[in-house]
Amino acid sequence: MSKTKSETKQSAEPEKVRIYIMGSRYDVPTGLTIMKAMEYAGFKITRGAGCRAGFCGACSTVYRKAGDFRIYAALACQTPVEDGMVLTQLPFVPAPKPKYKIDDLRPSANSILRYYPEVARCLSCNACTRVCPQEINVMNYIQDCLHGKLAKAAEESFDCVQCGLCTIRCPAEIPQYHVAMLARRLHGKYNIPTPKYLEIRVKELEDGKYEEGFQELMTIDKKKLKERYTTRDFMDQKKGGGDE
Amino acid sequence: MKLIGGYTEEMRRSIDNVNKTRNKRRDQIIADLTMEDRKIVLDQFHPDYNPKYKRNISWGPNKGDNVPNEVADVLESYPIINPNDIDLNQIDYDVGVLIIGAGGAGTNAVLWAKYSDVPKKDILLVTKLRFGDCNSVMAQGGIQAADRLEDNPYIHYLDAIGGGHFENKPELVKALVGDAPKVIKWHKELGVNYDCDDDGNFVEVPGGGTSRNRMHCAKDYTGMEIFRTLKDEAINQGIPYLEFSPAIELLTDDSGRVTGAILYNIETKRYFVVRARVVVMATGGFGRLHVGGFATTNHYGATMDGVVMAYRAGAKLRDLDSTQFHPTGAAYPEQIVGLLVTEKVRSLGGQVLGKDGIQICYPLEPRDVEAASLIKICTTTHNYIETPTGMRGIWLDSPLIEELKGKGTIQQNLSAMYRMFKRFDIDITMDPILVYPTLHYQNGGVDLDSNCYSSIKGLLIAGEVSGGVHGKNRLMGNSLLEINVFGRRAGITAAKEYRKNSIPRKLTLNHVHNTMKALDALNLKPKKYAPIILPEYRSEVVKDRLIQLYEQLS
Repeated sequence: MSKTKSETKQSAEPEKVRIYIMGSRYDVPTGLTIMKAMEYAGFKITRGAGCRAGFCGACSTVYRKAGDFRIYAALACQTPVEDGMVLTQLPFVPAPKPKYKIDDLRPSANSILRYYPEVARCLSCNACTRVCPQEINVMNYIQDCLHGKLAKAAEESFDCVQCGLCTIRCPAEIPQYHVAMLARRLHGKYNIPTPKYLEIRVKELEDGKYEEGFQELMTIDKKKLKERYTTRDFMDQKKGGGDE
Repeated sequence: MKLIGGYTEEMRRSIDNVNKTRNKRRDQIIADLTMEDRKIVLDQFHPDYNPKYKRNISWGPNKGDNVPNEVADVLESYPIINPNDIDLNQIDYDVGVLIIGAGGAGTNAVLWAKYSDVPKKDILLVTKLRFGDCNSVMAQGGIQAADRLEDNPYIHYLDAIGGGHFENKPELVKALVGDAPKVIKWHKELGVNYDCDDDGNFVEVPGGGTSRNRMHCAKDYTGMEIFRTLKDEAINQGIPYLEFSPAIELLTDDSGRVTGAILYNIETKRYFVVRARVVVMATGGFGRLHVGGFATTNHYGATMDGVVMAYRAGAKLRDLDSTQFHPTGAAYPEQIVGLLVTEKVRSLGGQVLGKDGIQICYPLEPRDVEAASLIKICTTTHNYIETPTGMRGIWLDSPLIEELKGKGTIQQNLSAMYRMFKRFDIDITMDPILVYPTLHYQNGGVDLDSNCYSSIKGLLIAGEVSGGVHGKNRLMGNSLLEINVFGRRAGITAAKEYRKNSIPRKLTLNHVHNTMKALDALNLKPKKYAPIILPEYRSEVVKDRLIQLYEQLS
């Protein structure tokens, strides 16, 4: 590959910011994410890093900023460091998940309350919503669960990465992210319909309808296979990106 | 530096071109390449086809195969343990089925082993980081399944095998496409929330190289939605698992059959001996090797450990000459360079544009062709956009999606992408995304058959660690499918083997001794060590001044 970084723009000494990792002072290049800044400082991360892309919730971090009384929360892989930041990672949340048989439940508030009776203790303080690094309205979906509005709870909680920061902050000791998981499964299983055509196709496959054709495709010579490939028709596309 | 909506003034000038041309481009379709033209752009610009980045493997079952240097380095590495120091007489976990890797494939395997009547006390799932620290949760775009009436499994078969340059193993492609609708049905029963329209039909979009819309999705969190449901179910089923305990070598008996593994607790640093009647390897891929110096979309633990462990035990590998570069990794801002910008942006109508705001190629070519086309523009023309750190990129016109599909489409269908860029002050509903190809997927790996048997006894294979399903190039939506199809098959086969095999009598590290002998004969310098477990990202400033207290470095 030819170079994609031009050398002329590499400056010798990067600008630095001062941060405090669990109270200890480090000077790190400006513009790094919290995760990369910790690695720059010398931390070999075992806990506190997973996907490194904002999808897994392994790198929950809480911090304060210079001259600001508030406590902030963020994913370390998605948040740049700021001068004067005082931070610690919270890579684990003690919140065991109850076991249930999804087939035996109904999509109702009772199913939620049976496994998470503490949902009824919600104080509506909104601490969960304020701490969520995904900006999910956590309190709203907990209230939706309490009222059996599972579709709304599933939609509101959908982008949850299960980092557990809400659970750490909750004065009612609700494990919100587990509650949301149950709500989504109940909604997905019982409220979202399954299209007829899926059942038909599965039945066809189980009845061996495609076996003969597969055998042919798997054994024809490469030249014929290539021809089939290049002459296959495109049904939905070439219209600027599909027509759902 | 002054930024306006996240972009520099110079970038803004190019964005003006993008905005100006949008109306004209709206319905403009660039023709896709012919097979001959595909070959030309791949030969010239895809890293797979550049001999500079490759060499032959010097020992073992695949001696002579041409693979990326980084892959050869791992396969030619010494073990991280001295086999003489390991006490195999004390067995810490004595199980029927050991599953290595708690990502999508491994979690499917434990569930289907359990459903196939292996008692849960006889299953053990082990993983390097947390249960679910895997590439599966990061898969955004979707999962393919030919279920609509106007689609069928033959068409899916043709798309997959043509995309893979006809090098895929036919029996594996048949399994992949033939099981797909069953997988979706099972997910529905578990409660996975797939996107549906008002009539109750799945929202199904196209992907690069597909000739029908068959990408099932859950916004742009498809992998996460599938995986968290599978994990929830595995916990409900009470399956035992160990986190932060990667396998670091397999164990074999005198005949070479795999009989267990050595685990290593990366926090306490002690090892554990596991004896098992059958082992499933589901350790994922190699993105963190940064093949060709590319940034990667992969999770922190993707270091090819499974391939090297299996290779030392004698397993055949295949198709490791081929690496997937995803056409659209983030090229800006610097903090997220290399992270995935889902193909779904193009599925929904996003076009790829040069600095002048004009389309550079058909946006939904198979991934290798699309990536090569972008690299071509960035390396042989001046029609690229340069970032303040000197990175080159191409525009991906996300605002066009809202023009085509209506306001709010992005926040509804691409909420992860919207959020990722918003964190850096870029609004992708208003401004395009700067992209460049990024290391995404290990196309090849350990050879397997359609029931997940590897070439050695006692070892089953599933997921990205395997080779043969995708040939020389994987299509979008076939990896989330692969982990479910082959994870499930591995679990079912494991249950069969569990019933057939008796408790292994012997645990040895003979194959590790043999590996060391073979490497000694080659006299390779400098010596390297694998499995790598986690990549090294500490800065040179620190690494130069490290003191290891209490412990000897090997």
